[in-house]
Formats: sequence, C-alpha cells, structure tokens
Amino acid sequence: MTLQERLSQITRDPTLSPKQKSNFLALEADSSLPYVAVSEPVKQAMESGIIGDMFEGHAPFKPRYVLPDYAKYLQQGSEYLELSPAQNLDEALIALTIIYHHVPSVTNIPVFLGQLDEILLPFCQGLDTESLYRKLKLFWIMLDRTLPDAFMHVNIGPTDNIVCRTILRIDAELKQIAPNLTFMYDPQVTPDELLQVATTNICECSKPHIANYPMHANAYDQRGFGIVSCYNSLPLAGGANTLVRLNLKEVALKAKDINDFFDNILPQYCQLTYELINARCSFLHKESNFFNSFLVTEGLIEESRFAPMFGIFGMAEAVNILQGNPELTESHAEKPSPHYGHHQAANELGHKISKALDTIVKSTPVDYGYNGRALLHSQGGISLDKDVTPGVRIPYGTEPNPIAHIKALAEHHQYYTSGISDILTIDETVKSNPQAMFQLCKGALNLGFREFTANVASNDLVRVTGYMVKLSDIARFKEVGSRTNTTGLGAEAAVNTKILERQPRVVAHEMAPSYAK
Amino acid sequence: MKWRQATRSNANLNKVAIVNQIIPFSCVDGPGSRLVIFLQGCNFNCKNCHNPHTIDLCDSCGDCVPTCPKKALTLIADDNNNRVIWDESLCSQCDICLSVCPKQSTPKTQQYSVREILDLIRSQVHFINGVTVSGGEASLQLPFIIALFRAMQSSPDLSHLSCMIDSNGSLSLNGWQQVLPFIQGAMIDLKAWQQDTHHYITGRGNHRIFSTLKMLAELGKLYEVRLLHIPRVSDFDSEVDAVAHYLTQLPSNVRVKLNAFQHHGVTGEALMWPSCTEAQMRQLANDLTQRGVNNLILPDIYL
Repeated sequence: MTLQERLSQITRDPTLSPKQKSNFLALEADSSLPYVAVSEPVKQAMESGIIGDMFEGHAPFKPRYVLPDYAKYLQQGSEYLELSPAQNLDEALIALTIIYHHVPSVTNIPVFLGQLDEILLPFCQGLDTESLYRKLKLFWIMLDRTLPDAFMHVNIGPTDNIVCRTILRIDAELKQIAPNLTFMYDPQVTPDELLQVATTNICECSKPHIANYPMHANAYDQRGFGIVSCYNSLPLAGGANTLVRLNLKEVALKAKDINDFFDNILPQYCQLTYELINARCSFLHKESNFFNSFLVTEGLIEESRFAPMFGIFGMAEAVNILQGNPELTESHAEKPSPHYGHHQAANELGHKISKALDTIVKSTPVDYGYNGRALLHSQGGISLDKDVTPGVRIPYGTEPNPIAHIKALAEHHQYYTSGISDILTIDETVKSNPQAMFQLCKGALNLGFREFTANVASNDLVRVTGYMVKLSDIARFKEVGSRTNTTGLGAEAAVNTKILERQPRVVAHEMAPSYAK
Repeated sequence: MKWRQATRSNANLNKVAIVNQIIPFSCVDGPGSRLVIFLQGCNFNCKNCHNPHTIDLCDSCGDCVPTCPKKALTLIADDNNNRVIWDESLCSQCDICLSVCPKQSTPKTQQYSVREILDLIRSQVHFINGVTVSGGEASLQLPFIIALFRAMQSSPDLSHLSCMIDSNGSLSLNGWQQVLPFIQGAMIDLKAWQQDTHHYITGRGNHRIFSTLKMLAELGKLYEVRLLHIPRVSDFDSEVDAVAHYLTQLPSNVRVKLNAFQHHGVTGEALMWPSCTEAQMRQLANDLTQRGVNNLILPDIYL
C-alpha cells in the first residue's frame, strides 16, 4: 500500500475519533522520513526483530517519557504559560491541567502526572475532607475523559496524608482506566493500615501498583524519581530519551550454546543496541531542538537527567531455548517441569542473564544518559508481540501459584533500575479476603520485589500489557471504536498475545504501535 | 528428664500425615492468606462430595497402575505389603487413576512429616497469615495436627501464624479438647438441619456436629459455620425459621458462610440434583437476613 493510500485509509476509519486519526497520521508521516543513520548490522538486527525502537518514530523529536518537576512549577508559576504561582488547591489543579497539555511523550499524552499528594498537600491547608474529596474527584474524572490513556501515571505515598487517602478512595470508587496509579511503600514510613487500604483497592479495581520506595529511591539522587507509564522508574525532572529493546529469544536462537550466548552473542547484540540508542539520542539532543523548550528554560526538566532505557524481553523463551527445553504448554503449569518459572536451574539461568545485562549496562557509557549510563528495563511487551513473553515474565497461562511465582522472579528485580513489569494474577476469591492480598504484597516486597502489581481475575478492569482496559470495552471496541486510546491496543494485544484466552491477563505495554490494518 | 523431652519432641517432628494436596496460597480457608494442607481420608460419605477421591485411604490394590498413560504409577509388591508409588514428575494430572479406583481414593497422595511441613511453611512464611488443615476430614489425623501446631507455636519464627482446622465437626468433644489449645479457630460444615436429611446426604447423623458447634462457640473457637445449600435436597430453606433461630444464638462474630452446590467434581446420584443458582443463594440469604442472621458470607463464584 502506498503512503497516500494508508493515510487515506486512516482518515476514513470508522472506529477512530478525529483525534486518534490525527495521531496515526502523524505517526505515518514520521515513519515516512529517513531513519536516523545507523550501521548495516543494526539495520539487519532491526529488520529481523532482534532489536527495536518500539515505534518511537524515525526522527525522534521528543523524549519517550518526560517527568517535569511539577512542585517547582506550582511554586514558581510559568512565564511561558503566563501563570503566576498557585495560591490554593483550585489554582494548583488548574495549573496542572494546563501543563499536562504541554508535556510530550511517545504517545503525545503525558505519562507522568506527578507525585500528587506531595505536590498538592501544601495547597490543602484548612480545606475540609469533603471539599477535598469533591475537587479531587472532579479532577480524576477530567483526567480520564480528556487524557484517556492508561499510560499516564500518578504517584502517591509513602507518607500517610489526606491527599493520598482521598485519591485511594476516589480511585476505588470510580474504577476508571485512567490515570494509572502507583502507591509508594516504605516500611519505615508507611503505616500497615494505609498499605492495607491500597491493597484492598487492588481487590476492587486492580490498582494501584505498590512500589518498593526505598529500593527505587536508592537508585536515584536527592532530586528523586517517578514511576511513569507502565512501571518505568525514571529520574524526576528528567525522563527517558528513548527505549530500545532487545529480544532475548532471538539472541538465544543465534547462540550455539550457553557459553556462546554469554561470551559472544549477547555482548554483540548489546553493542548494536547501544549503537541504536546513541543514534536516536543524537537526533533528539542535537537536531530536534527539543531541549529549547520552556520545560528546560524554566527549570522543570534538565537535559542531563534523561537516560536511555535499555529494554529486554523474551527471557522465558531465551532460557528455555538455551536449556533445550521442550515447548512449553499449559499442562506444565502445576507440575514439576524443566521450564523457566518452574525449575530452579532454569530460574537461575535467567538470573544469570539478568546479572550479565546489569554488568553490561552499568559499565557501558552512552552519549546522553543519567550519570552517563542507560538504565536496564524489563520491557512489558507491546500488542504486536507474538510467541514471545514480555520482560522476564513467566509465559501466560503457565504461571505457578502466586507465591512460587514471586519466588521465581524476585532475584531479577535488583537489576532492573528503570522498572520491571511483572503481574500476578490472583483468582477472584481474594476479593472477599483483602488481608490475603496485603500479606502477599508484603511478602513480595520483603523478598526484593521492586514493584508489586496484581490483577484480580474477575475484575472488569484488567491490565493488558500493563495498562488497564475494561473487558466490556474490548468486546464493544470492534463494533464502535473506543473513547480511550489504550482499549484499541488492548483489543489488538488480546488477539495477538492470547492474553484473554485463559484468564484475564496482563502483559505490560509501553507504546502505541503503528496503525495496524 | 531433658533427654526424655528431646526424644518426645523428635517423635513429634517425625509424625507423618497422608496428604492429598498442599495449596501454598489460599484466600478461602480462614482469615488472610493461608497455606492449606488437605489430608487424605474422610469418615463421611457425602453424596455431594466434590472431591470424592479424598474419602478413602489407598489400599494399594494396583488397579490404577496399568491405566496410567504416562507410566507414572508402579506397584511395588513385597511379600505381604503392596505399595503403589506415584512419580509426580511423570504425571500429567489426567486423573484416569481416580476414575478407575474401585474405592474413593487416589494413588497421588504423599507422606509428609511434621518436620517437612515446617520447612515448607518457613519457605513462605512472609507470604501467609496462617496454616489451615483441611481434608478429607482433617481430624482423622489429629495426632499429626496437634504435633504440627504445637511445633509451630513453640517456634519463635512461626508462632505468629494462626492455626485453623476445617472440619465436618464429627470429632468427639474429647478430641476437640486435645486440639483446642493449639488452634485459633475452626471452620465447621453443617450439611443439613434435620437428622434424616443429614443422614441421607452424608451417611451419618448430625448430633456430633451440633455438640462440636456448641463447644467451639462457647470457647470462642468457632470461626465459621458453613452451610451447603442444595436446592430441594438440603433443608436450610424449608427449615429456615429454626436454622435462623439457631444461628442467631451463636456468638455475633461467627461467620456464616453459604456455599452453593455445584456439579464440579461430583460423581454419582448427586449429579442428578440441581446445582444452586445465584438467585437461589440470594433467596436463602435474604430469608436468613430477614430473620436476624448477620455476618453472612456469600460465594464469590458460581460455576
């Protein structure tokens, strides 16, 4: 199909809104430009699906994820936006609503909405509980209706405060797809009872994620960090300039044996991954003029706080290939099997691969990075992935019981500084026993989980590749189209990755793929 | 004296149970997240049993051995002592062995000592709030249960875990007296209200169950009463006045859990009985609520 025909088809699509059409048209235009200059081996690795740029576009003119310092913005106002400093909660909420429309990301919708309790608390003095609830509830509804993308992410906790509690109350009540929500947990600071409120919410609507606050905080400097999109942990006042991901399954297929994998093939493809990272960052930082933005001149982001994310996926397949395991089927799930997720030797090989990646990523300089380095990321899959499992996850439908699941993967978590998306599916009996969810969560964090994300099997809201969609929306989507951008991805992911075949399922997802018809 | 204590403690740790299954994470067998040990063997013979292969102990007749498509079963024949050995790593869980078993049993049981169970609990102690023994009928292996719970409570790293029993309530009062010091609570099934109905469903009378309920309630150890509603077979709906009156006399913190009869796993004539719909369940719940029964717990799922 010619470019013109594709564009024409998008303009006529009966299921997309005008805004969604504009987005796809822009993506097509970007993809029609020449790709940033890369070597022949990189081109080949990209064409054969070993490394990929997650459809970020051929000419990266904006960073993948941007995490502005919203606290600073509220305190100082903005010359560019002609706003004086916020004086009360109404002004603060309006100021945030305004700036969200000026924060770019790979999806054009901001992926980070701020550590909202911390930044709003100074404006809540003297406000009664009911007024706060009413104002935040309207704000929450506004977010879901005007920025309908489950990748945009609010952070709350680890302290116990009225904004945090009110947001948890509203989120459980409204059960919206957007925004995504992370609750920071710090055993030194967070009362158990507050964590219990958060884990009870998970039983209601599969949100929030629970982040291991000390573990994330230790990975970054005093200025802090944020959790954005799907479980990406990144420097605050910075972000990710790009995400390039490496398909470990394909890498394993190239290796003669385990030694060849570690000694030759893996380092070789990591090298190509770095070449692509540097090529993409070079365009963004040197040619796109993005860093002339008011976000930079007003001090809300700093160029030096952007890091490339070094993503990996297909760990399960890589381990099974390297060990020569037979093809995995669901009947392996509840019995001893040699497969990744089920057998200690397989799990340990996985941990060894993660450690090797960690060593490479911590020792390889990049042209534009956080402290001169990229950040390792266990990438949660996109809706076009087939026959390859997201990140370091255990393949869908073959997961062992939740405790064995956590124990199999905990060891990986220390290595994935910029996030590791793993999702536990818990059967719906947990709904009437939130204490069980609480205990499972504490157990996971105690064992070194960076993030605890659970999906309750019967909830209408499910995570598809890490963002939320409504099951009922997926059924309706094909008929009439969806108001939310991510449901389209959910429907595509549901078909391609079999995520709904067995149980409401969860893959993680970072990115709108191109128009696929 | 010291020596004798050590020997007794070792003997306790070496006590062995015949285990049908262990579930590391359950949300439905007591408060919070629990490791559940399902012991093999039951003294009831409920027509509606949804896992009848837990009723009898395997007598190693060997009938199942040649039917296994994966050759996971072998018969070891000593002079006077046959044993069927199950190799879990070969098993595909097709359950043909269960369907050919001339008794209501399974070759897929395992023996666990108290010591082995303690190791298992320790390996996941951060994830659970407690341990529940269920069955089959758990109380048939009472010495094992007492040894296990005693050992947990005398171990500083495990003593915070709650210990519960899930039972059909047939244990004698004397038996309960022995185990009560070691449990935080029990979940008791009441299968029917009238003696005749109970006999028809389970093959046994229900006097002992009422005695058990009375004793546990008085001593504050009754966590939950479970009523299985089988429309047109069980009698909680037709006897709702008496049932409700009885339930309201129990301590107010006792959970009353209503279970809906489903066909899953059931064999024999009970498959002819209608399964309980959500509407029927709600009807019974309403009838009980109107008569003052609070603390009702309804099913999460109707299959």
